[in-house]
Amino acid sequence: MERFIQLVIDGIAIGSIYGALALALVLIFRSTGIVNFAQGEMAMFSTFVAWALVQAGLPLGLALLAALAASFAGGMVIERVIIRPVEGEDPLTILIVTLGLFILVNSAAGWIWGFNNRGFPRALPGGSTKVAGVQLSYESLGIVAVLLAVTGLLWLLFEKTKLGLAMRAAAANPASSRLVGINVGRTLMIGWGLAALLGALAGVLVAPQLFLDVNFMGGVLVYSFAAATLGGFDSPKGAVIGGWIIGVAETLAGDYIGFIGSDLTILVPLAIIFGVLLVRPNGLFGSPEVVRA
Amino acid sequence: MALIAVLALVPAACGRDSSSGGGGGGSSSASADPGITKTSIKLGGSYPFSGPASAYGTIGEGAKAYFKYLNAKGGVNGRKIDFMALDDGYEPPKALQNARRLVQQEKVFAMFNTLGTPNNLAIWDFLNQQKVPQLYVATGSSQWGKDIKAHPYTIGWQPNYVTEAKVYADYLKKAKPKAKVAVLYQNDGFGKDLLGGFEQGIAGSGIKIVKKETYNVTDPTVAAQVGRLARSGADTFLNITTPKFSAQAIAAVAKSGWKPLHILNNVGADKNLVLKPVGLQNAKGIVSTAYFKDPQDPQWKDDAAVKEYRDALKQYSPKSDPEDGFNMYGWTVASTMAKALEQMKKPTRAALMDAVRNMSLDQGTLLPGNKVETSPDDGYPLEAMQIIKFDGQNWKLQGNLIQAKAK
Amino acid sequence: MSVERDSARHKQLKLAGLAALAVVAVAIPFFFGPYRVSQFTLVLIYAVAVLGLNLLVGYSGQISLGHGAFFCLGAYTGAILLHRTSIPHLLTVPAAALVCFVAGLALGLPALRLRGLYLASVTPVLIKRFDGLTGGSQGISIAQPKSPSSLGLADDQFLYFLALAVAVPLFWLASGIVRRNIGRALIAMRDDETAARTMGVNLATFKTRAFGLSAAYAGVAGSLFTFANGFVAPESFTLTVSFAFLAAIVVGGLATVAGALFGALFIVFVPVWSADVDEALSGVIYGATLIACMYVFRGGIMGLLRAAWARVVEVQGSTKGRSEDEVAEVAVGGADRRTGAGAGGMRS
Repeated sequence: MERFIQLVIDGIAIGSIYGALALALVLIFRSTGIVNFAQGEMAMFSTFVAWALVQAGLPLGLALLAALAASFAGGMVIERVIIRPVEGEDPLTILIVTLGLFILVNSAAGWIWGFNNRGFPRALPGGSTKVAGVQLSYESLGIVAVLLAVTGLLWLLFEKTKLGLAMRAAAANPASSRLVGINVGRTLMIGWGLAALLGALAGVLVAPQLFLDVNFMGGVLVYSFAAATLGGFDSPKGAVIGGWIIGVAETLAGDYIGFIGSDLTILVPLAIIFGVLLVRPNGLFGSPEVVRA
Repeated sequence: MALIAVLALVPAACGRDSSSGGGGGGSSSASADPGITKTSIKLGGSYPFSGPASAYGTIGEGAKAYFKYLNAKGGVNGRKIDFMALDDGYEPPKALQNARRLVQQEKVFAMFNTLGTPNNLAIWDFLNQQKVPQLYVATGSSQWGKDIKAHPYTIGWQPNYVTEAKVYADYLKKAKPKAKVAVLYQNDGFGKDLLGGFEQGIAGSGIKIVKKETYNVTDPTVAAQVGRLARSGADTFLNITTPKFSAQAIAAVAKSGWKPLHILNNVGADKNLVLKPVGLQNAKGIVSTAYFKDPQDPQWKDDAAVKEYRDALKQYSPKSDPEDGFNMYGWTVASTMAKALEQMKKPTRAALMDAVRNMSLDQGTLLPGNKVETSPDDGYPLEAMQIIKFDGQNWKLQGNLIQAKAK
Repeated sequence: MSVERDSARHKQLKLAGLAALAVVAVAIPFFFGPYRVSQFTLVLIYAVAVLGLNLLVGYSGQISLGHGAFFCLGAYTGAILLHRTSIPHLLTVPAAALVCFVAGLALGLPALRLRGLYLASVTPVLIKRFDGLTGGSQGISIAQPKSPSSLGLADDQFLYFLALAVAVPLFWLASGIVRRNIGRALIAMRDDETAARTMGVNLATFKTRAFGLSAAYAGVAGSLFTFANGFVAPESFTLTVSFAFLAAIVVGGLATVAGALFGALFIVFVPVWSADVDEALSGVIYGATLIACMYVFRGGIMGLLRAAWARVVEVQGSTKGRSEDEVAEVAVGGADRRTGAGAGGMRS
């Protein structure tokens, strides 16, 4: 039993990595109605900015704050400059623009910072504690706490603030939103800015464990997509829980279904997602698509 | 009307015979093959300058720097080397397109140092059909020297993974004859080659593998795998990983409180790339192997060959970090290439292969005593390695060079 | 100039255009060296896969991010057959189509809901696991098709014509499909699912069939890819393949048949060109070019060509006679796609 609980805890720690970036994917989907392929690469770039600031001698806290602020601004600029020209186009066109952005950002980061592996300083305390025979790492506890706080804040934003309402409206129906006086351009920019900020937060939280290089978010993105799909692409809570389910499923499968081998644990989340989507096509917490006649 | 146009083109078809499609090839009786003149030699290579393996791209930079340096000194027998390195993003089909372009359009004399096992597998049939040398490929797979008759134009360079694994097995037999080993290996040819060599090496000894875990290069982290190995009760950790995962695994071992004898494969054992990001204190006691001089090792600070490397790299590849072992790798393999060209008796691809297959060469940047040695029956240029151990600050050479044969 | 739709004159014009294309297609291998010819062979191969994906995405509005998985399945089907049996190369093409069609039918709906991304990243792992069949990370080498000496063609030229011979009927088939019932049902479904349902279109069946068809096209392309390379390995089928196909349909033109060819030209030549401009910045150049294409070519390259063509030749005729291509184009350009059906399409 102790081992089981330990595995679940380890799984949640790993799943939180997926959940962190999934939150950014969900945020941008909710506030702008698009799936952003470049989210992971933007997060990588932000993390490199933080890293470069630390290298330049800034204290870690300050460097992180500056990188988060720069990411918020950068996200808004990307929306205004790169996405705005195709706003209102076919969703696939926008998807391809984010794909172009993905390739561009990855290559630019490599050009600026090179392709080597780098250590990233821990913002959260290292070390661990033992509770009832189960080892809890402070870092993972910290990430879980941050995820829960962010999920709560997003809930407040979307459900309790005028801005959040405007964002949802703008994402769902830009034309009608304009008619009721919502500044759609501004809300889209803020949506991109916030998503970039969340991505940056995810990046700096997980970089100490994954190590920073230009491709460190590539693998995470696939899992985060899976987490968001499982949880429901428009639900922040779903993104976090989806991430945890995938992390825990993989960890448990690796230990308890040993015969499939660690190479194939990747199939277990796939099976779960398949099963869930067959029953709930929009994921665990996703809202059903509204069909307008 | 269209038909007439088509028919009119048919004679043109007969005009292009298939041998010109082959870019000449070694079969021609002409005195010189394509890509070589009295004043120049054209070489081609394919590297992952982008994509998931882009950290290795710097090997190409190290090699380019060597050729520039050599050209500034006058080249090889009066011939300047023109090295054209293309990006394949670590995708085999792109490596093949690059090889076709280099051979059929750019008309290179030989292919040199293309990186990656699958990428070289994708191009070796093509190059051998075209009779274009595929020299000193940057992969430690044991197959490049296994069947010389089937692929006479292909040769590796670095000590192969099976050889390396046997060095670890031999070391362990002496250091820990009853070791219980947990293995983490990359799920591809590299990981399986090394694991297989190790299993051969420990056969019949008291050493047992108690747990094996694998990972895919697309996995974000190996934390879960290392967690399982740590709980396996093993007292030895064989860490068969590429740099990023090596760092993750070392960090995960440190975090878990597991204190095994940690054996890390050569490709992951770079101090700058792997150990520094994890924190040097976490790497203390790790055992690995080396075959060339580590530019970060203070004992080679005044070594003439290493100094030559540092100065030239600074001058000819200012963006590259001389501390990076991959640059040293590229530099050293390029200097082997230059020697082979120097020893070539005629300006033909066949003569180049003759030189490549009959070599005995001391090189300054290899570890003392280590030699590039080949014969018509021995297709493995480098086969000796030395155990190294990390003392918390630097890698320290242990014992003597170990000759191991892959069979 | 102004012509009546479906008049003799209009048909002549169309025929002349096709004839010109045919001449170019046949002439290519005689005007270029072997490397360039191999690039054009790749264009034909990718065009088949892109066309298949466009049938799914462009015409039915379903997004598959993991189409590389079916391309991979087709390539491995071909490679395994050629490696283990002595069947002629060309027979592996229908075999790959069949295997992928069945896989597409079986995986169709859940795969679409997954958006395919995860699916595509699982494929290489599965290949490695079943290494007894697939050769694992060692890959499979196969003998490439050789040109019969009676033809007087070099091998690279022969390979090109082989790909052309497979691609042309598939393009013909696709343009037939989109003009007939399936195409109409797909478009109706894409544009308004509810309306399509009331019109009696069985959505699930149609989506699944579209997915199967699309997978079969990818499979054919995969088997040709095996001929062209003579080698398959798990590393050959990364996510970038799926991404490239997706980019190609939009660059070429959503819901157009001929657009697949332009999209394939883009994904073969533009990356090489970017790297030649500047090796270190190739990704920046390629990414920026891709984005710029989205700005410049509304409706893809086909949209641009059509607009240019409309300035030269004015086609007159009733809406009744409009081809499905044009109906589709109007729908793609329509702004309301972004709202209800658009966001829905993104998510289904």
